[in-house]
Amino acid sequence: MSVHQNEELVFSAPKLMADKPTHYCPGCHHGTAHRLVAEVLEEMNLPEETICIGSIGCSVFIYNYMGLDAVEAPHGRAPAVATGVKRSRPDRIVFTYQGDGDLASIGLAEIMHAANRGERITIIFVNNTVYGMTGGQMAPTTLIGQKTTTTPGGRTLESEGAPMKMAEIIATLGGCAYSTRVALDTVPNIRKAKKAIRHAFEVQRKELGLSFVEILATCPTNWRMDAVTANKRLTEEMIPAFPLGVFVDAVAEAKEGA
Amino acid sequence: MSEIKLLTGNEAVVHGALAAGCRCYFGYPITPQNAIPELMSQLLPAAGGQFVQAESEVASANMLLGAAATGTRAMTSSSSPGISLKQEAISYMAASHLPGVIVNMNRGGPGLGDIGSSQGDYFQSTRGGGHGDYRTLVLAPASCQEAYDMMIQAFDLAFKYRNPVLVLGDAIVAQMKEPVKMWKPEPVSSDEAAEWRLEGAAGRESRVIMSLYLAEGALAQQNRNLVAKYEAMRAEVGAETYETADADLIVVAYGSIGRIAKSSVRRLREQGHKVGLVRPLTLYPYPDKMLENLAAQGKKFITIEHNTGQMVEDVRLAVRRYTDSSFFGYMPGNMPASEDFMEPILKALE
Repeated sequence: MSVHQNEELVFSAPKLMADKPTHYCPGCHHGTAHRLVAEVLEEMNLPEETICIGSIGCSVFIYNYMGLDAVEAPHGRAPAVATGVKRSRPDRIVFTYQGDGDLASIGLAEIMHAANRGERITIIFVNNTVYGMTGGQMAPTTLIGQKTTTTPGGRTLESEGAPMKMAEIIATLGGCAYSTRVALDTVPNIRKAKKAIRHAFEVQRKELGLSFVEILATCPTNWRMDAVTANKRLTEEMIPAFPLGVFVDAVAEAKEGA
Repeated sequence: MSEIKLLTGNEAVVHGALAAGCRCYFGYPITPQNAIPELMSQLLPAAGGQFVQAESEVASANMLLGAAATGTRAMTSSSSPGISLKQEAISYMAASHLPGVIVNMNRGGPGLGDIGSSQGDYFQSTRGGGHGDYRTLVLAPASCQEAYDMMIQAFDLAFKYRNPVLVLGDAIVAQMKEPVKMWKPEPVSSDEAAEWRLEGAAGRESRVIMSLYLAEGALAQQNRNLVAKYEAMRAEVGAETYETADADLIVVAYGSIGRIAKSSVRRLREQGHKVGLVRPLTLYPYPDKMLENLAAQGKKFITIEHNTGQMVEDVRLAVRRYTDSSFFGYMPGNMPASEDFMEPILKALE
């Protein structure tokens, strides 16, 4: 994109993001979430000291879109890999980017214990209530009644249990310094999400403990919806089930205590 | 002058790792290797390193993967059931060309088995162990001194080949106590991994360490690259030989069993029997050429293991053009003595 004479550029993509189309489906929020992370890292001048831990799922290719040093973790193990990275390079900024199947199902032990140890890492947790890459199976965050390829009659409380509220769960663990839930359904919410991501990296830079940002996101393809309807579902069905808010914030608590 | 200390094999592993420049240890309790994480938790933080007791074997091995990605000398340790759980990360590390050291103090299996010595993990150790077509270098100590020495060798090999290295001891090596000469190798260069480690993309293109190859032909090339690396590793093959020159029969045994078998061979020599021993020090790469050369000289073979017959397949492959190998398996549950092997060796000599 070139800027002509007498034109003022008021908005541009972060340099950290590769200038190419993503493989994400139309209406998917991963691209937005990636971009928010890239904007924050750039604004904080962190890209050259950041190591990204990719995970398994649609976002496995995050390293194709952000010009960061990155390592690919096995399914669910990103917080353990991040622990190894951060412990060996405590002077670096380390974050994981994980989906709901990855983090809340197969990787539950790793995220719980990384949070409890207070690893100085940031977790970007994208919750779209479904396994995306494998084709729309039930996730731990699938809503009651939601139809997936493995809950063809809809998820039931009796058989599959309730959707897991990860931001609240992680907030109960001693080493978690910041846990919040945000959404990408509206412009105001996107702006709030960016602030939360920035706060999470600031918490890491202050070495206060683990910071956790749960991002409610769409998956139109596996929800069998168009992009607009999917966004509407996020607002009307997901947010009531997964309340937005801050569940722990060591920075705010320190200010209150002061 | 190197200090000489009375150490268990577990303790020798820790001191060897520290001498090799190990900076991070990630572990989880399991008998008979608990002294490794316990001693590491004392010594490593004091030496400026990082000790983490992980939530699981799965996590500890993935922490190793993470530390390896920053080019840091790091390790984990466990015993058989725990090593099974580490295989996920070991496969990813092999695929991602990441160095790291994994110690397995082999105990009895399958399943929970027992906590005594066994060589039941030979197949798992030498055939990759996890999913996919890969190998790890495997070193097999028979003494506390070798446990110390092989830790230093393991770290060097891991970084030389950018590959996981397994140090395969057993409950005997782990728990016995011997004098160990605590020599110090040359300090590790801080540039050891400068060409590939992750540290933030400052002033250069970003680096990605991964194992996903979806593009047409990419995975085929990745597997060919791995095979080429494993071929290069053959240069590292090692074995102890004892009285092989005029022997009519070669005993092949590794680790603590190889050491006990050496006593058996020595006693049979004293009785006038022409027997010799080959004790592989590396189980992968395997000293197959050495065995083949001995077979070409018309010698007979017996393989002795602390299992129901695993390494014997490698011996048979090595000598197949000339002869076969008989086998004696000492079952896990007890520790063998040199007498236990003498009758099977004499029988094979007939």
